[in-house]
Amino acid sequence: MPSLKTLRTRINSVRSTQKITGAMKMVAAAKLRRAQAQAEASRPYARRMGEMMSALAGGAQGNPNAPSLLVGNGRDKTHLLLALTADRGLAGAFSANVGRHTRTLITSLESQGKTVKIFGLGRKGNDYFRRYAGDRVIGTKNFIGKKTIAFEDAEAIAGEIIALFKKSEFDVCTLVFNRFHSVMSQTVTQTPLIPAASPPANDNPAGDAPAPYEIEPDDGTLLARLLPRNLAVQIYAALLENSAGFYASQMTAMDSATRNAGEMIKKLSLNYNRARQANITKELIEIISGAEAV
Amino acid sequence: MPLALEIISPEKLLLSRDVDMVVIPGTEGDLGILPGHANLITGLRGGLVDIYAGGQITERYFVSGGFAEVTDTHCAVLADSIIRQSDLNPATAATLLDEAKADYAAVNMADQDSYLRASDRLISAQAMLDSAAPARAEKT
Repeated sequence: MPSLKTLRTRINSVRSTQKITGAMKMVAAAKLRRAQAQAEASRPYARRMGEMMSALAGGAQGNPNAPSLLVGNGRDKTHLLLALTADRGLAGAFSANVGRHTRTLITSLESQGKTVKIFGLGRKGNDYFRRYAGDRVIGTKNFIGKKTIAFEDAEAIAGEIIALFKKSEFDVCTLVFNRFHSVMSQTVTQTPLIPAASPPANDNPAGDAPAPYEIEPDDGTLLARLLPRNLAVQIYAALLENSAGFYASQMTAMDSATRNAGEMIKKLSLNYNRARQANITKELIEIISGAEAV
Repeated sequence: MPLALEIISPEKLLLSRDVDMVVIPGTEGDLGILPGHANLITGLRGGLVDIYAGGQITERYFVSGGFAEVTDTHCAVLADSIIRQSDLNPATAATLLDEAKADYAAVNMADQDSYLRASDRLISAQAMLDSAAPARAEKT
């Protein structure tokens, strides 16, 4: 039976932990709102960009001179996985989920005789991959100390990826990240970056297709500018989803931590009160039996 | 029939409303877009987007480059970065231009991509300085 004093200090320490997790939950909720608003604001650009891409890519699809960013370089040997994780912890299994998914992917690709390389974004993922994937990691980046993710960050990453592609460091690039569905659920998703995903089929195949676009200066030049841009936009969108998902996951984790701390305090207080009662009873018995003996 | 104009940067939707006419800086020259324009996709160079209402320029935005998609009823400007013309600062523009010039001088001409990037930056920085200057002249 622990003494009254140790119980009291334990209750106090659990209570201060509860305060901290409670505060973290509030902070995460506020940051989540901001991250969600940012993700929302970036959508119109991505949508228009997608429309333009499909208008241009349709014509380039069968063309033998189509840019390799769009159709790939014809090989399928080396895969680059661009894995997005969080920079901080205390968010449940958020980063571990991406890590686990990536590992499964590595195993299945390598069993098909392919080479896998990893580019890790986010500090947690870097730690994870250094341990499990070792020398497959060819590059890492994190955003520690940044309040919000700027488009320039995504552009810089896209630039690095394209430079690696030009050097034939890899043939196929896939993005692995947590897609934000709701506060309660984020699912690990993978999207192909290079070659770019084939544009969705025309919604109205009934011949009601929109009039073709005039293209200025010409579709090759424009595609050459549009494709890197599109890559950056996709990475940017994933980064925003990742940060919204991270705060949602942290909020959920901190909420359950706060609740668990509450339960723990309840149990400890019960024990404490029992011990106190027992002490009082013991003292009473001692006094009474002392009085009787006199 | 009005023209639905959208000016969008990767970070947010800056403006979405109906206008009479808009002039955009295409890579091959400025384009005046009126309602009923033929479907067009064009690259943008650094320059000013002028919004017209009743034959007058009502708003001017500086874009550093990007793309535009035009149909008969709408015009979407996808800009790399957007600054209201009145907010442009000639001093910042001049520093940017100096940096771009230094970059351009240092770039390896054989490397097509970095050459293109440096020249795009130079053009856009020059356009930024040019766009910033007249605002000062008008005010004084």
